[in-house]
Amino acid sequence: MITLKNIHKTYNAGTALHVLKGIDLEIEAGEFLSIMGASGSGKSTLLNILGVLDTYDEGEYWLDGRLIKNLTEKEAAHLRNKMIGFVFQSFNLLNFKTALENVALPLYYQGVSRSKRNAAAMEYLERVGLAEWAEHLPNQLSGGQKQRVAIARALIARPRVILADEPTGALDSQTSLDVLKLLREVSESDGITMIIVTHAQEIAEKTDRIVRIKDGIII
Amino acid sequence: MAILDLDSFHEIWQTITRNKTRSLLTAFGVFWGILMLVIMAGLGRGLAAGIMGGLESFPSNSAFFFPNRTTIPYKGFAKGRWWQMDNSDIEAVRSIVPSTRYIGGAVFGPWATDNNVVRGSRSGSFRVMGLPPDYQYINPTKIIAGRFINDIDIREARNVCVIGLKILNDMYRPGEDAVGSTIRVNGVYYTVVGVVQTGSDKINIFGSMDEMVCLPVTTMQRADDRGDKIDVLMLTIDGKTDINPVMADVSKFIKRRHMVSPDDEIAMDTFNLKQIFDVFSMLELAINVLIWIVGIGTLLAGVVGVSNIMIVTVRERTQEIGVRRALGATPSAIIRQIMAESFVLTVISGLAGLIAGVGILVAVSQYIKLNPSDFFAPPQISFGAAVAALIVLVIFGLFAGFLPSKRALEIKAIDALRDE
Repeated sequence: MITLKNIHKTYNAGTALHVLKGIDLEIEAGEFLSIMGASGSGKSTLLNILGVLDTYDEGEYWLDGRLIKNLTEKEAAHLRNKMIGFVFQSFNLLNFKTALENVALPLYYQGVSRSKRNAAAMEYLERVGLAEWAEHLPNQLSGGQKQRVAIARALIARPRVILADEPTGALDSQTSLDVLKLLREVSESDGITMIIVTHAQEIAEKTDRIVRIKDGIII
Repeated sequence: MAILDLDSFHEIWQTITRNKTRSLLTAFGVFWGILMLVIMAGLGRGLAAGIMGGLESFPSNSAFFFPNRTTIPYKGFAKGRWWQMDNSDIEAVRSIVPSTRYIGGAVFGPWATDNNVVRGSRSGSFRVMGLPPDYQYINPTKIIAGRFINDIDIREARNVCVIGLKILNDMYRPGEDAVGSTIRVNGVYYTVVGVVQTGSDKINIFGSMDEMVCLPVTTMQRADDRGDKIDVLMLTIDGKTDINPVMADVSKFIKRRHMVSPDDEIAMDTFNLKQIFDVFSMLELAINVLIWIVGIGTLLAGVVGVSNIMIVTVRERTQEIGVRRALGATPSAIIRQIMAESFVLTVISGLAGLIAGVGILVAVSQYIKLNPSDFFAPPQISFGAAVAALIVLVIFGLFAGFLPSKRALEIKAIDALRDE
């Protein structure tokens, strides 16, 4: 599903910062894995590259048989919209939209009609157990509920890959386990490749494979 | 995708109404700008219409020729000679000016002297003029009863007259028919053949027709022992021909007929209405230009306000825009969103201003209709001006969104999503 060959990334903010120094990684379709590393190890940069949010300087990134290189902003946007779902530590829900509208947002950018995308959003909210909270605004939801809404939003476009950046970072341990359980559930039932970035050992241990990064290389 | 379908409108409306106070305050700038523009344009039109009112009915390319004392000795005549035009000049001028529409000579009667007009026991003081039939067109005149002076009156120098409305009111009982009655004017009896009213209360060339006794010019000449002399020659040409060269030609022609030096500028007074109208037109134009400059300036200030607030808003919305981009919003979708937000804000507040402005104009209009003024016609905004205001709004609305949307595009999803 995902093949990384010798990925290099350098940031030029005043002084050149060589963040990724030759990443090679092979991820199969439907895998449930975690990427671990201390802060500054380059794991977030790797996630951004995997999510087509950022570019890389050297190497090759193959996603579902397609080489991801020199994409226009528009192509990248379409790719993110169709192929990749995002789950963030701070949820990143739009606070003026209801849970339902938040979940439906990716379909808005696919040009799906309002009634259809709201119906789909309802379906996914049901799946994460929040159907009753559909009309609530994010600030009326608990952290765990917000993350469930974010997961429903990541699922609605039926992506092949979900990238979860510290998905449990803002949650207590019991809620973290619930969210992780939900992530595994959807990964297994829908065959979605799940990549979880974390620095917590107990979260990483719940995944099938742990990829450890240190100083820009996989160890 | 159209810039505004119902679905994206919902999306835009949601973001605009998220911060209602700020949106309202922002919108107020544009609302105020267009309100001022509409009210000023309306009042300006009212003012112009008040000043220019009735001028449209005047044939603007009319010229008037008055003889004056000569100032240059010519062909054996000493300078300082009094000279006069006569009836034969009229036909002669007509024959050299093919664009002639109306022409005629007039004789000034005595100014209103003590009770010079008498009917039975009633009497009054009114101006008397000897006029040609065409005068009713040169100086537009409303005929209330009977007719104006005609060619037969002129040819036969009949003892008939046309009286103004005020004379009718002063000298006749209400409802009494003046046509066919007899009045004495400066000692001579005339049969009244018509009653007239001034066609314009703004311009009256030889005084108001309402307070005038009009005699056929030939009758006046005989009554006053003036022979075939006339005091003024009046000429209106068709609308397509320029009056100025015609005036010069006619002046030269008449001077030659009366042995006045062609170089003697003083010996012939002329004036034409077009000159006067041009001054008014310039005034109207100047008022309009001023109004639009000030109005558009005010509106521009409002629009800059919208743009400014949108830029600030975009900065505040870094996270939102980043999320949208991560979820698959293309750059053009982001541009469209921000542009459309500014556009909707500008156009809606502008339309509200337009409607409020027209509403105020209608109210002022009603007031002025009830309390007429010489200087203000009821204000109104023309359809064209309203459309122009709308077009300006649309352009400004897009302009307002341009900078903020560029700013929004600079936001990369990763910057927005970075948690640290």
